[in-house]
Amino acid sequence: MIKIINFLGTPSREKFSLFVPIGIFLFSLGLIDVTLNSLFDVNITSFFPRGLNYFTPLIFGFLGLYYLRIEFSGNKMLDKLNININSNWFNSILTLLIIFVLIQNIPPLLNWLIIDANFVGTTKKDCSDSGACWIFIKIWFPRLMYGLYPNAELWRINTSFIMLITLVVALFYIPIKLKKYLIIFLIFVFPFIMFNLIHGGNFGLVWVETTAWGGLSLTFIISVFALILCFPIGMFLALGRRSSAPVTRYASIGFIEFWRGVPLITVLFMASVMFPMFLPDGVYMDKLFRVIIAITLFEAAYMAEVIRGGLQALPRGQYDAAKSLGMGYWRLHLLVILPQALKLVIPGIANTFLALVKDTPLILVVGLLELVGMIDMAKTNPDWLGFATEGYVFAGILFWIICFNMSRYSQRLEEKYKTDR
Amino acid sequence: MNLGITTFLDKRPKIKKYFPQIITLLFIIFIFGYFTYNAQVNMDNRGIDFGLRFLGEEASFDISFTPFVEYDGTKPYAKAYLVGLVNTLIVAAIGIFFATILGVIIGISRLSSNYLISKISEWYIEIFRNIPLLLQLFFWYFAALRALPLPKEAINFFDIAYLSIKGLYVPRFVWTNGSVFLFSIVAAIVAIFFVFKYTRIQQEKSGRRIPAFLISLGIIIVLPLLTFLIGGVSLTFEHPELKQLSKTIYNYIGGVAIIPELMALAAALSLYTATFIAECVRAGIMGVTKGQKEAAASIGLTPGQILRLVVMPQALRIIIPPTTNQYLNLTKNSSLAAAIAYPDLVLVFAGTAMMQTGRAIEIISITMLTYLSISIAISILMNWYNKKIAIKEK
Amino acid sequence: MSENIIQMEKVSKWFGDFQALKDIDLEVAQKQKIVVCGPSGSGKSTLIRCINRLEEHQQGKIVIDGIELTENTKNIEQIRAEVGMVFQQFNLFPHLSILDNCTLAPIWVKKIPKLKAEELALKQLESVKITDQAKKFPGQLSGGQQQRAALARALCMEPKIMLFDEPTSALDPEMIKEVLDAMVDLAKAGMTMIVVTHEMGFAKEVADEIIFMDEGMIVERANTEDFFANPKNERTKLFLSQIL
Repeated sequence: MIKIINFLGTPSREKFSLFVPIGIFLFSLGLIDVTLNSLFDVNITSFFPRGLNYFTPLIFGFLGLYYLRIEFSGNKMLDKLNININSNWFNSILTLLIIFVLIQNIPPLLNWLIIDANFVGTTKKDCSDSGACWIFIKIWFPRLMYGLYPNAELWRINTSFIMLITLVVALFYIPIKLKKYLIIFLIFVFPFIMFNLIHGGNFGLVWVETTAWGGLSLTFIISVFALILCFPIGMFLALGRRSSAPVTRYASIGFIEFWRGVPLITVLFMASVMFPMFLPDGVYMDKLFRVIIAITLFEAAYMAEVIRGGLQALPRGQYDAAKSLGMGYWRLHLLVILPQALKLVIPGIANTFLALVKDTPLILVVGLLELVGMIDMAKTNPDWLGFATEGYVFAGILFWIICFNMSRYSQRLEEKYKTDR
Repeated sequence: MNLGITTFLDKRPKIKKYFPQIITLLFIIFIFGYFTYNAQVNMDNRGIDFGLRFLGEEASFDISFTPFVEYDGTKPYAKAYLVGLVNTLIVAAIGIFFATILGVIIGISRLSSNYLISKISEWYIEIFRNIPLLLQLFFWYFAALRALPLPKEAINFFDIAYLSIKGLYVPRFVWTNGSVFLFSIVAAIVAIFFVFKYTRIQQEKSGRRIPAFLISLGIIIVLPLLTFLIGGVSLTFEHPELKQLSKTIYNYIGGVAIIPELMALAAALSLYTATFIAECVRAGIMGVTKGQKEAAASIGLTPGQILRLVVMPQALRIIIPPTTNQYLNLTKNSSLAAAIAYPDLVLVFAGTAMMQTGRAIEIISITMLTYLSISIAISILMNWYNKKIAIKEK
Repeated sequence: MSENIIQMEKVSKWFGDFQALKDIDLEVAQKQKIVVCGPSGSGKSTLIRCINRLEEHQQGKIVIDGIELTENTKNIEQIRAEVGMVFQQFNLFPHLSILDNCTLAPIWVKKIPKLKAEELALKQLESVKITDQAKKFPGQLSGGQQQRAALARALCMEPKIMLFDEPTSALDPEMIKEVLDAMVDLAKAGMTMIVVTHEMGFAKEVADEIIFMDEGMIVERANTEDFFANPKNERTKLFLSQIL
């Protein structure tokens, strides 16, 4: 078989100008065959018997790549291409298959997503059948972002988040002396401010009931509150787990392993159905608060493990040095251990936050409508039936952008703190 | 600063040691007591009592998917719990199976020298890892599977299986003397175990290698086949057939119906968890340094031997613990079934049964305990495994 | 056929665009001990790694004990059974005990029965003086012990040629001596050795000839006394002045 293909001789550096044009020609022929076939339904090789017909692009492409496979050809681009996708026949077949699959699938996908999609209009009638109906998203966008929060009060949500982002960004740039105060402010004072802003009822702000909170803003409200609140709890649990006192240690281990061993859905069910039974008769706690408490405790267990990792990573020498200077347990931890350990676990904290954001859609099973829940509501609206795909694709893209950037950022943080040590 | 108390404690070191623990203990007892008391009051007010007797009562609801377990509305709640549990394990097993295969393929592809392949694997991981699992599940269930055709125009797989919007219908295996077949498989496994033992002893004694793998393959194929010829085992298939149920509704009767909820859940779980398993596999393979392979090559081992004797043992030690963690996550994530009405443990027991009986505390506690037991069992197994194969260091 | 056990003619090797070996000619006779030295990046490691095909040469001819080194896998395996190598990073298999490290290849490549393989391994471990560590695992040994175990592992295949790629460069100073002592014993026992190293004391004691490499070429080759006393090439002189 090789002998037949090699009737022109083996591809080599010397015969560069012979093999490269032939290789490029054959390879392109394969690509064109697939393109014409899938996009325009034109079959240029129909004169071949039926079975062979199907494989002609592969054969052309394979031969083309074989002729192009010249080791050390001297041409930088060709060499790079050869090493990366054409190093042997197995790789070249995989490359061809991948390219063909992409050619067959990407144009229809782009077609649906952008080319045939509808962006302009206000009602379902403005949507054609062949493309995505982005009008659906456009009309529902405010609800998807803010849930049923009254339009007139949206500035309150926006303000809280702008404040939050400013504070977090400031955390990285202010001098170390002030960092401590900012962190304490962020953990103990800011939640109150944010809560009052969004909830209202005090300071002259209109009260907005928690069932009206929804959409992507609810995702972030819950994530931010849970993260801030689970942090001190997680810290105590991590310290408790490392304690030598058996009661503290086993209580911490029990608590941590319990929350880590059960699915989040059961935790949410527990919050919505079981918690009320544990409250004194007549006392009613808002469902959203119960859910936030449940999620906080749940994430605190995972946060505890992350912090414990940081505590363990610190060299024993730090403990020894601080003890030999006469520091007691709390001073040792607050002044020496925790500041260092927390720096180590910042990437872990970022990961926990990311996991938290990805977990929040679950709250729709207990009736709280964050982004995915709002999309469910939108797609069952009688005026807008049948756009489930657009809704989920939109949510998917939105979540992906957010989560991808967060994970990239936390990877960069990890690199930064790795080199710092 | 409360100097009074601190100096008091300093003078009595024993109390100082136990004081915080006693406080913690009292705190825990207080919290539990408070909750229990409130729960008691609330339940009294509603006229519910606390107890597990309800498990014996008739369930009076149907479950749409009950392979392997006989169930109908007259069976007790305990049976319903069992069905839910089995369904959870089924979807977890399917998910683990496909997630592992996919994860291994993608993990290895990520390390391929072919730029296209490694890039595509990288994108796969980045895409499927950063979209919430629930969203992926909804996409499969509400968007992708809804696009399947009606039973009348079902997708036909060689006239054996049919895929439509109502589910995947495959033939049901109808065994006669099936237990003989099962015994033959068990016997084959035992025989293979002894084959490996024997060939290993032979190799140690004389240096000769007997191809244990091929022999084992032969045994596992031939022995069960024999039961068909001389063991009185036979197998027929009950094929799904398209029947007209009413003027406009057609569906398949007979065979086994794999409901779309199961397919969507299995697909979402597999694709999502595969990304994490791929990263574990990649870490494992990268964790074996180049020098190991070179050293193995330099003493004359063939590439196959290098992979089997040097690379895989080290790589697996790195891969298995986090992968088992992922299996556990997958099992916990299977509870998302509640969002698309797949009758798993959460939906059946903590959903329907709880709504009917109103016994929130008992039911949710039992559900959580079930998952907790699974987690702890896997943890213990993992710890035992880690201790056993740990690479000894100073 | 000459009695040279290693014969390299006009061997060149490229890493992409960079030429690591330029037209190397090398003959090594049986029982010869050769030390290869030179600045880093000169191609010393590449040279010996070409001998057991851990690197592939693009031009020229390499013949080991009468077998030519080509793409032919059977030839490569035959050659690897006769050539042993000790690495800078030891590269012991961490999941196997020292004894199992040593018996792995004899059992699986030479198909020797396990008990016999263990006997031979224990003999080798004795010659490097770590018999008491036989059942321990690499992670439990010091650097010097690990390298001696690596030496024993290579010797268990009863090679005709031993290659050493900077065997002591990764060791703490107090452990270098024990490894060098083991290598001296091996030399005295008559093994053909090619050692890439900076340990000139060892070279003076054991080597028959010293090769100095720079920028991929063999710049100077002389027997030990002449090399240190009268280096001929300017670059050799410069190198010697820097390390001695």
